[in-house]
Amino acid sequence: METARPADAPGFSTSRFRAEREADWIAFDTLLGRLETRSAKALSSDELLQLPILYRATLSSLSIARATMLDKALLDHLEGLAMRGYFLIYGVRETRLSRLRRFFLYDWPAAVRAVWKETLIIALIITLGALTSWSLVAHNPEWYYNFVPEEMAGGRDPRATVEFLRSTLGHGKAGGEDQGALHVFATFLFTHNSRVSIMSFALGFAFGVPTMMLEYYQGIGLGAMLAVFSAKGLGVDFGGWLFIHGTTELFAAALSGAAGLRIGSAVVFPGARSRLQAAAEAGRTAGKVMVGVILMLLAAGLLEGFGRQLITDTVMRYAIGSLMLAFWLAYFYIPRRENVA
Amino acid sequence: MSAAGNLRMRAAQEKKLREFVTPEGVDLQLRIASAALRLGALLIDLILIVLTLVLFTLLILWAGLASNSSIAVTVWLLGAFVLRTFWFIGFELGARAATPGKRLMGIRVVARDGGRLTADAVVARNLIRELELFLPLTMMGVGAAEDMVSGWTALAGVAWSLTLSLFLLFNRDRMRMGDLIAGTWVVMAKRAKLDRDITADGGGVDAIRFTDAELAVYGIYELQELERVLRGADPRAMRDVADTIRGKIGRPVAEEDDVFLTSYYRQLKARLERGLLFGKRREDKYASE
Repeated sequence: METARPADAPGFSTSRFRAEREADWIAFDTLLGRLETRSAKALSSDELLQLPILYRATLSSLSIARATMLDKALLDHLEGLAMRGYFLIYGVRETRLSRLRRFFLYDWPAAVRAVWKETLIIALIITLGALTSWSLVAHNPEWYYNFVPEEMAGGRDPRATVEFLRSTLGHGKAGGEDQGALHVFATFLFTHNSRVSIMSFALGFAFGVPTMMLEYYQGIGLGAMLAVFSAKGLGVDFGGWLFIHGTTELFAAALSGAAGLRIGSAVVFPGARSRLQAAAEAGRTAGKVMVGVILMLLAAGLLEGFGRQLITDTVMRYAIGSLMLAFWLAYFYIPRRENVA
Repeated sequence: MSAAGNLRMRAAQEKKLREFVTPEGVDLQLRIASAALRLGALLIDLILIVLTLVLFTLLILWAGLASNSSIAVTVWLLGAFVLRTFWFIGFELGARAATPGKRLMGIRVVARDGGRLTADAVVARNLIRELELFLPLTMMGVGAAEDMVSGWTALAGVAWSLTLSLFLLFNRDRMRMGDLIAGTWVVMAKRAKLDRDITADGGGVDAIRFTDAELAVYGIYELQELERVLRGADPRAMRDVADTIRGKIGRPVAEEDDVFLTSYYRQLKARLERGLLFGKRREDKYASE
């Protein structure tokens, strides 16, 4: 055979290199394929031990091949294999269930605690918005029409009678929706509120300004309504109507705004990090907060759609609302041991 | 193709490569996915989401649950929201970090810093999508609903929101607003089959021997193009290429095209790989020996 080879053929044969290593690549490929379609449970412990060895063998083959071989198909295959292997081996080493558990036990409350400053600021902004419109409408009811659009008000404006206003609070059956449509109502509220919250989070990157405007606007609508109802002596009833879901919903709104503000402030004041890096880090904290916000809004939607329509007693409404608020506060802010795992 | 053209093409391809060094010290050289692939993946995903919703609605109708239409409304309201939000998040949390659309397009999400792709990064990048996708639509909706109070205002709104959505066209790494905030990239998930070794079969016996001068006319780029033609095994392409090479090195048509090309490929590859071992990498025929 030696004489059949061209005289100028190199001593190091790329064909021989491939013949020696090919079995490893094929074995690694099959293991990866099984891991990708199923989970780590699909492999026996022997195979799991083989995995890192085969991965390093493949990386070493790739380095040699890049330096000595020109077979494009082979190089592409090795590069693809090394990349798939890298992401599987250095990827997530946790089952979905344990990740879920960790999220609820540690990650979510920790992320919410991390944005406490922003949460306070957004809460202040909402309150400020409510106070502004409340004082304006209380002095001159005409202001109301500037704050609350006609179709949103649905007749609940300063000209309305006490009886009508009371009926909108669900005391007595005149309140409107028949019971069958409650789930549609709850669903609509949930999806609508979630989209508003996601928006106020997503707009955060523009230095947080649109986020703060959005939250201020939410406060304005609230204060205007409050002024109309309290002028007719229905302040306490309106409070209950709002309180039952409002503690959860407004808390969620404040958190989503806080998440947006966190990103905005990271972009404006990145500190020692680069702006991109600061935004990425803030984005991860904010992402955790936002998953929680959507869950809170789901709870608020249920409370608003079902709870508020079925429970018409004002004291009961206050009780449920306070209970929810106490629950969220305790869940987020009671100090606990950090996750050591 | 000219020498400058070749150089430009290589530079353009290298521009899309990103260094990505594993802890073992090997650079994986990730390739950034193009905007067209991203758009294709998004469209496929949206179509799949709508299909899922339609199927689900039909299933409920078939089960006879929706005697009144209110359940169907709920399904669409809630289903559209849940699917839209969690379709992308759920799939990108999987082992392949890609939605079905992304898989079909052969792309995946990776963390920019080389670390693992965390759940919060996936959530952050996908919640921003709500803004990028639906803000322009909402703006257009507002423009239409207000009966064009001022067409220009609506247009400005759409333009402003479009700059957000098309943000990925304005940066080198093709990052969406969401990628920027989550610290992620979308890269090509290369999956190439392990193809046969062309030089191996034939038992190493060369029908034709080429002289060094005949082999010196081509470089690595031409070698790999020849490899592509040989693997494609299209007779017409092989004829064209064989005739070009014969013309270039001045050989008469004496053998079958595939025999000629395989021999030439084998010997050219051996020659160029020997060069590599001596530290000489001849990129294409325009490069000097």
